[in-house]
Amino acid sequence: MAKYAFFLGCIAPLRYPGLEKSTRVVAEALGIELVDLQDASCCPAPGVIRSFDRKTWIAAAARNLALAEKEGLDIVTICNGCYGSLFDAAHELHADPELLKEVNEILAEIGMEYKGTTKVRHFAEVLYNDVGVEEIKSKITKPLDYQVAAFYGCHFLKPSKIKEIDDAENPMILENLIEATGAKAMPRKNKMLCCGSGGGVKAGFPNVAKAFTGTNLENMKASGAQFIIDVCPFCHLQFDTAQAELGYNIPVLHLSQLYGIAMGMDAKELGLAAHKVPVNL
Amino acid sequence: MVAPNPDFYNEIAAAGGANVKMCFQCGTCTAGCPSSKETAYKTRKAMRMAQLGLKDELLGSDDIWQCTTCYTCEERCPRGVPIVDVVVAIRNIAVKNGKMFDAHKKTAGALIKYGHAVSINDEVKAMRKELGLPEVPPTVLANDKAKADFDKILAKVGFNSLVE
Repeated sequence: MAKYAFFLGCIAPLRYPGLEKSTRVVAEALGIELVDLQDASCCPAPGVIRSFDRKTWIAAAARNLALAEKEGLDIVTICNGCYGSLFDAAHELHADPELLKEVNEILAEIGMEYKGTTKVRHFAEVLYNDVGVEEIKSKITKPLDYQVAAFYGCHFLKPSKIKEIDDAENPMILENLIEATGAKAMPRKNKMLCCGSGGGVKAGFPNVAKAFTGTNLENMKASGAQFIIDVCPFCHLQFDTAQAELGYNIPVLHLSQLYGIAMGMDAKELGLAAHKVPVNL
Repeated sequence: MVAPNPDFYNEIAAAGGANVKMCFQCGTCTAGCPSSKETAYKTRKAMRMAQLGLKDELLGSDDIWQCTTCYTCEERCPRGVPIVDVVVAIRNIAVKNGKMFDAHKKTAGALIKYGHAVSINDEVKAMRKELGLPEVPPTVLANDKAKADFDKILAKVGFNSLVE
């Protein structure tokens, strides 16, 4: 059984715990063992903390990477922000011995060292590459007939030259993962457009963020999507909280919740009470 | 008439934005930038300002903070300029110069207080309990020693004084 350190991040456990819960249930059903990464902090958020101070960002990320290394486990995350931060930080630290040394001088302060061996994986990518669509299909007990919008977000695939998961302009990995449940991912205009919340824009310029979100919602509605399926709690938060003001009403589910539904999870276990846009299954 | 400032370019380079010198101003970045459609931020212009080291123009405007770091520009850049790294480098310098939005200070404050970018509250604790999850996630929030370690890292890099 594949075993990973489960990196929770911030938004999933502290705003949408149903995403965390459904990930645990789905992973178990698919033979993936998730071990809680004890004592981890924020990844830290790439758009804000890295923008404020790169050194803080990489030192705190290295602490998280070192916690997993100590357990001898690679990290898995269900959040594009955490994935962006930890993957990119690991990439920099593994490529630059001087930077690693500098960061280890900071970690020495708390008696830790990062040797540079932790791999960082996104849960969706683990599902696609390690479990596989056919195996997932075999675990679906309640095939779905929804029409949905696949929402990738930005830091799942990009920068694509280091992530090497799928094409950055017209990927299909998420559509393939979604369609394993029987749901249909509807083609739409500009599917790779950012949700608007990254880079500190949601906090700093909420109306700019909402303009991005509104364009996405318009394109999703035109595609006939009944649900938005994301792979990032921060995109999830943005789509879920901005819709009322923007005049839309398309329920938002994380891929783990969609899989949970298709694997027969009880609606109560999906944490739908946290959702602002009501979800009627 | 603007005057190039090589010292400020060097500061950007030292902060991780050195490869902005590769930019030949084709504008592919701006053409694909969702922020450039909605705001006064124009990626190509920001890259030119960085090359010339136009400190007052870059730090005196909010434009550089309109980037969502979506990487569309970087994916399409024919010169391989790590545009997001350049944006981050300029933002780091802005913060060092005391330029930070209140909303961002709030996020930084949450990181200092909780070790997370958002707070924990009773409502989410109740929701977690109902789902059969531990009320407090097993992160720095659940272990004072781990939070103290995290605090020491922030103190060592001087984060608190930077964002106050």
